[in-house]
Amino acid sequence: MRKVFDFHGGIHPPENKVQSLQSAIADAGIPAELTLPLSQHIGAPSTPIVTVGERVSKGQMIAAANGPVSVALHAPTSGTVIAIEERLIAHPSGYRAPCVVIASDGEDQWIAHEGAADYKSLDRGALLDLIRDAGIAGMGGAGFPTYIKLAVKAGARIDTLIINGTECEPYITADDVLMRERAAAIVEGAAIIRHLVAPEATLIGVEDNKPEALTALQAATEGSGIEVVEFPTKYPSGGEKQLIEILTGRQVPSGGLPADVGVICQNVGTAAAVYDAVVHGKPLISRITTVTGEAVSQPQNFEVLLGTPMSHLLEKAGYRAADNERLIMGGPMMGFTLPSAEVPVVKTTNCLLVPSKVELPAPPPPQACIRCGLCAEACPASLLPQQLYWFAQGKEFDKLEQHNLFDCIDCGACSWVCPSHIPLVQYYRASKAEILQLRRENEKSEHSRVRFEARQQRLEQEAAEKEARRAARKKAAELRAQEGAADSGGGEDPIQAAIERAKAKKAAQAAGSQDISEQERLEKAVVTTRKRLETASTKLEQAQTEGSDLVDALQTGVEKTRAKLEAAEQALHDYLHANSTVAEQKPAAPTDAAQAAIERAMAARAAEAAMDPGQKARSELDKLQQRLEKSRHRLVQSRDAGDEPKIVEALESTVSRLEQKVTQARDRLAELEES
Amino acid sequence: MVELIAQYPLLAAVLALVGLGASFGALLGFAAVRFKTEGNPLADQINEILPQTQCGQCGYPGCRPYAEAIANSHEAINKCPPGGEAGIQALADLLDVEPIPLDEEHGEEKVKSVAFIREAECIGCTKCIQACPVDAILGAAKQMHTVIVSECTGCDLCVEPCPVDCIDMIPAQAQTIQTWHWDLPDPTSRKVDIIATDGPDVDNARDEAA
Repeated sequence: MRKVFDFHGGIHPPENKVQSLQSAIADAGIPAELTLPLSQHIGAPSTPIVTVGERVSKGQMIAAANGPVSVALHAPTSGTVIAIEERLIAHPSGYRAPCVVIASDGEDQWIAHEGAADYKSLDRGALLDLIRDAGIAGMGGAGFPTYIKLAVKAGARIDTLIINGTECEPYITADDVLMRERAAAIVEGAAIIRHLVAPEATLIGVEDNKPEALTALQAATEGSGIEVVEFPTKYPSGGEKQLIEILTGRQVPSGGLPADVGVICQNVGTAAAVYDAVVHGKPLISRITTVTGEAVSQPQNFEVLLGTPMSHLLEKAGYRAADNERLIMGGPMMGFTLPSAEVPVVKTTNCLLVPSKVELPAPPPPQACIRCGLCAEACPASLLPQQLYWFAQGKEFDKLEQHNLFDCIDCGACSWVCPSHIPLVQYYRASKAEILQLRRENEKSEHSRVRFEARQQRLEQEAAEKEARRAARKKAAELRAQEGAADSGGGEDPIQAAIERAKAKKAAQAAGSQDISEQERLEKAVVTTRKRLETASTKLEQAQTEGSDLVDALQTGVEKTRAKLEAAEQALHDYLHANSTVAEQKPAAPTDAAQAAIERAMAARAAEAAMDPGQKARSELDKLQQRLEKSRHRLVQSRDAGDEPKIVEALESTVSRLEQKVTQARDRLAELEES
Repeated sequence: MVELIAQYPLLAAVLALVGLGASFGALLGFAAVRFKTEGNPLADQINEILPQTQCGQCGYPGCRPYAEAIANSHEAINKCPPGGEAGIQALADLLDVEPIPLDEEHGEEKVKSVAFIREAECIGCTKCIQACPVDAILGAAKQMHTVIVSECTGCDLCVEPCPVDCIDMIPAQAQTIQTWHWDLPDPTSRKVDIIATDGPDVDNARDEAA
């Protein structure tokens, strides 16, 4: 005999289980239409793999597992897929959810299936995949995908496997009849799970209010090494954490999982489904559901195909609508009111409670909390319900979390014992949901913050890169300018170099080389203008042949260019003519041009020195006027030649400077003459 | 020296106090340097409370600058419409000041919304992409743009720059079966915390008397 422990709190509500235990499991039959929600488990909804109008066989997969936390879904009978759409489902919100709807053909034709009786030879991963693809999710009520629980993480040591046959909630007897009638399947299923998890001990926990089930299980486990443990009835000993404490004395830490204390828990229904899937190759397409309450004439358990409308079950059980006010899925403690009788049975539907109006009346109006402390005594999670109640009313979410609200299992024991009829558990349910929503919002805002900051950083970086590129360009330009100066100056002092250049130029000018360059320049002007004229005329011809609108413009262009060419030729001619006289005189000049220039300059200076101020000023003025003339001439030339605007500007400024100087010189002369 | 101290107990006391003062001062000085907090922790905390919509309705370019303004220059805490009353309450709790009602100048609390681009009308100008503070708009020049709903904060900033007015702010997806949750028991439909004399009959009688 194994030592059993007790957990804190708990209540003893009226069991009301006998009503539905009067007969054996009945077959609910095949309804005309089956509605299969794609999300009957915790995790991502399955992905439909059939199309509307497709014929499906019984047991054919109609939706595949989608992602790591998901299971498959199968056709519960043969028929035709008539819709994949949103339908009302068994959910307290009364919202619609995507469903596959199958019209049954009544033939109930199985798809070819075969089990793996020799499952021990199967690879572990293959066995887990088989369980996932058979659509098995926890059948105790939560619907957590079974294969995930069984895929024990590497490093986690599971020493105890618990098969949960407690079924502590009043009215529900689905697990009880399953244990009575199909104990062998449960034990076989437990053996498969044991094979996967490899625990030291495998226990089946059953409350002592189910003696027939206990007898059946004990007979079935004979010699299998699986131990059936009986313990006193108390609500909610079927809670996973509570059952673990009862059977092992270990408490699952707050926020932890049973695996943290080396335990895995599976419902008896899940174990039987695993057996069917592995040994017979039958996926999860039906379950046992209790239909009970005073508003049905034959409360009993049905083997019901998933997707069967609740109304079909009610009809089978002799529903008296007049007596009934609401339909509850689940038990009186943790169940919820269904939005309609047309919602389908799903993998987690263990009970359909159809109470009469007097059986489960609407709760009386809540009164003030009198701080009696009964709720704290009843709480199986050792929480402080009245404290949580105050915080929930004040929406003090951080305090709720500090008081371990998330260890609340929603069992409703606190509400049940409350003498003021305060719906405590509703406050906790709502607060938990609100906290989870706040967390989601915080996550979202954190996500937005990260994105915002990333964007800011990116923009800053882009700006910095732009700035860097700009600086690099500027530096490169400076470097180029420096290099240019260095090249011409040969690394010497640029001013010195400029002076030297100017001297050399002057010397060359004096030697008459400027005349030659002038001639060259004029010749070049003639050549380029001629070339330009040629291209202009060809363009004009082209335009004329094509009949373009530009003919007129090109015509004037050609004429202008021609005039320019004539002017240039004339200028060259004049220059050559004027120079021929100079050239004739040249041989008479001293052979050393430079020497001559120096002598001329010396003579000029001497003459200047000999001049009186008035003469000096006059000659200066003359010189300036000559320079001005020359500059103006150059400016005109450069404008005509279409030089770069920079050069033109420079020449313009030279001209204006010279004009200023000329006026100054004139003023000075006038002053001198007056004096 | 020892004799001197022994002779004058006052000196001993003074020396002891000065010694203690110096040693604790040195310790604190060291700690101040060694455990110096980087940045402004208060601004960080405030920033965490702000909804990170980055909408700029507070007059600051984003939530972080507003958080810094609250922390450093005592900016009012009621300028964040997306945060709403709950946000103001949280800020008031954090800063230990009285909560004040939302400043209407900066807008009012609205239902959460997301931007939606009528794609047929989009001309691909990228103006909204540049305006989006969280890079939630996808697209390229002369290509149709679209909003990544899961990234959109509903800040409105993309609506104004759109030259063809093809962006709508639509309410964020209404509750789904995944986000649905139980509500707190409604105190109006069912009287909470009545006392025995507040029974239904008494209530009716009082109503009649009134």
